[in-house]
Amino acid sequence: MADVPFWNREIETAERSRLQELQLQRLKTIVGTGATADDVFQNMMTYGLFTGGLGLHYGAERVGMTVIPIGGGNTKRQIQTMKDFQTTVVHITPSYLLHIHSRMDEDGICRKDLALRKAFIGAEPHSENTRRKLQDLLQIDAYNSYGLSELNGPGVAFECVCKKDMHLWEDSYIAEVIDSQTGEVLRDGQEGELVLTNLVRRAMPTLRYHTRDLAFLYPEGCDCGRTHRRLSRILGRTDDMLIINGVNVFPSQIEEKIMKIPEVATNYQIYIDKKGALDRLTVKVEIYPKLFLGEVAKLEALRNKIREELQASITIAPVVELHEPGSLPVFEGKAKRVVDKRPKD
Amino acid sequence: MAKQLTIFVENHPGRLKSISENLCKSGIDIRAFTIQDRGDYGLLRLIVDKPNDAYLAMADVGCACALKDILAVSVPDQPGNFHKHASALAENSINVLDAYGFVLQPHNTGVCCMEIDKPQMAKAEEVIKAAGFTVLEDEELYGL
Repeated sequence: MADVPFWNREIETAERSRLQELQLQRLKTIVGTGATADDVFQNMMTYGLFTGGLGLHYGAERVGMTVIPIGGGNTKRQIQTMKDFQTTVVHITPSYLLHIHSRMDEDGICRKDLALRKAFIGAEPHSENTRRKLQDLLQIDAYNSYGLSELNGPGVAFECVCKKDMHLWEDSYIAEVIDSQTGEVLRDGQEGELVLTNLVRRAMPTLRYHTRDLAFLYPEGCDCGRTHRRLSRILGRTDDMLIINGVNVFPSQIEEKIMKIPEVATNYQIYIDKKGALDRLTVKVEIYPKLFLGEVAKLEALRNKIREELQASITIAPVVELHEPGSLPVFEGKAKRVVDKRPKD
Repeated sequence: MAKQLTIFVENHPGRLKSISENLCKSGIDIRAFTIQDRGDYGLLRLIVDKPNDAYLAMADVGCACALKDILAVSVPDQPGNFHKHASALAENSINVLDAYGFVLQPHNTGVCCMEIDKPQMAKAEEVIKAAGFTVLEDEELYGL
């Protein structure tokens, strides 16, 4: 195979122009929610390789907002910063915003101490009920957002002030909804897998990318006057990918790590539930009897090792439970290893 | 050296019963037991009359269990004896990983069972004997 350079000046120039177009796309996105240069934007999405952070950061700068690149986590500091900087707009996962609300009392900060008026919520599926709850609790407007790192990140589709699902920027993407079994393109309004073609990328074109996200498109226009078709909420996935506090996790990533550890037997379970507003991931493993030495210190070291290995791989530190050999449910044929107890509201 | 059987047990109702049932079926006599609690699980430590048979009985049903060497010391049940015992270990910088004690009737024989780091085990035995205590061998412990 010929030696293809991973990066060169030509690619860089192409990518720079792409980034400018992306900034414009995100400017349109943010302006569509009624946010302006007078807003203070606290970006609580993780910066780094996850596009949620840097993605909207540049768009918000382009709008002229004051951007606080605080990133994810550290709830106490988030709340204090919202108060100190009189933040008016946050970009956040819906579950984390609920969590922040539940922690405000503890920190002695109430709604009137904050200047918050809008939230861009995304990176995880949520229902209309969750949006209403957030809006009522915090007296704000919350706008749904859709994007994926493979196709430039947040702002592929975004709600406008009308909050009637998300405008998909059809000047940047060709959107199709297909039957994921047959590949047949479905009519607007029919639910299927969203397939996207990117029109703005030059260095890495992406043609008919199968997102694995299930949704449908609204054919009719919107009260705001924009004519791009709107994308429904994401209704599910065609694969087994899990979204845990906004982070995408495949069960196979977890399996790969824990099966490398000799003290763990072959049966395991991935269990997800809610602790307060946040998702909680628990990995249950059976200990391997032949390597059991009867020492608590060794068992706790094993627990920590599993937690650290998984955190390094999937960025989430799970709760690790150690179980007796043969105690986790065994299934005939394909094991059902994922138990998702999060309420489907 | 005395042996202790350690069994990994999940912390929920019925788990102890399934273990005791299995030991009972195998005709094992329990001299003493204690549980080290770790929240979602615990370690059940047992002193039994036939440690090897008990180990095999539990391993046969797939339990995670282990036989460990412990230092079992006979300490007459009188005020100050435990202090004397602990002082002897302290003066020689011997660390006890884990310990429990019980008194066997009718002779008021106190027994102190200790888990000690392997490299320090021989020295611990020496120190205890030098302090005037008896270290119990397997048969002595179960025959008390």
